[in-house]
Amino acid sequence: METLAAEAYGYLSAGIGAGLVALGAGIGIGRIGGGAVEGTARQPEAAGDIRTTMIISAALIEGVALFGLVICILLAIK
Amino acid sequence: MAAGKEESGEGGSSFILDHIIDHHELHLGPLHIPLPHLEVFGIDMSITAHLVMMWISAFFLIVTLAVSTKRRGMVPSGFANMIEAIVLFIRDDLAVPNIGKKEADKFMPFLLTAFLFILACNLLGLIPFGATATANINVTATLALISFVMMLAGGIMHNGLFGYFKGLIPHGLPAWLLPLMIPLELMGLVTKPFALAVRLFANMTAGHVVILSLLGLIFIMKSLLIAPVSVAFALAIYLLEIFVAFVQAYVFTLLSAVFIGMAVHQEH
Repeated sequence: METLAAEAYGYLSAGIGAGLVALGAGIGIGRIGGGAVEGTARQPEAAGDIRTTMIISAALIEGVALFGLVICILLAIK
Repeated sequence: MAAGKEESGEGGSSFILDHIIDHHELHLGPLHIPLPHLEVFGIDMSITAHLVMMWISAFFLIVTLAVSTKRRGMVPSGFANMIEAIVLFIRDDLAVPNIGKKEADKFMPFLLTAFLFILACNLLGLIPFGATATANINVTATLALISFVMMLAGGIMHNGLFGYFKGLIPHGLPAWLLPLMIPLELMGLVTKPFALAVRLFANMTAGHVVILSLLGLIFIMKSLLIAPVSVAFALAIYLLEIFVAFVQAYVFTLLSAVFIGMAVHQEH
């Protein structure tokens, strides 16, 4: 078996990285959603506040996930 | 690099890059309108598609806001009502809780401009034949730089030039910890606008790349059977993109307000 070219390693790592990024984002935002739903179930009057906080936290965590994604895209392009 | 990608991907993936990056010509479908190349002191200041989109969004905002907020009395109605709702929302939920009642009004113009401009640019990118100016790292980096300057200006004007930087380091620290804390705090200061820029850029670009990839599947598979599935998924992501456009404009403004508040009131 020949050794992989440097480009191939770039594509491979970009793929694995993107998968891990999606995993991390999914787990993080899933936990936020779960906490939000549980909080709303305990106190339905706070539903509006909890929903706003949930969306903000989801956007921030997605920001971190997209940092990783940008690095994966750089790896795949170069 | 792009050429290599084209050979390996059967020429199927270069169109994604083509839709995301800036061009020296306006792409209106099959019509390509060339834009002038300008150079000022050796710096390339040519007019590109993203710049034209920023002008369109700025022009749209100026015209809409000027026309709808002409003085008609104390109680606005119609479109002015919505503008007032947005302004009050940003003042009462973003500026005042984070910056404090006294200084919030000084930063309101910047926060409103950031929110409305980013929102307009994001939404213009979703219209067919529109390009997203905020999907350009240079645009988001400039917006984050302006936010950073507002942060520093607010902090220095309220705490003094030396007092601001002194206030970054929590007091009551043993002296030998200072060589560690100073670079750490400075890095923390610089990370914030960097994160703002990359978050906005990546969110806008990622949405467009997903839509283009889903639609490009039809061409890669070379079969029309996948078209209904592809278009349905792309439509769902499109609706999500509209939501993300609003949320990202809001998060940028929120974090700017939080950082300005942290700079103005430095209490560790």
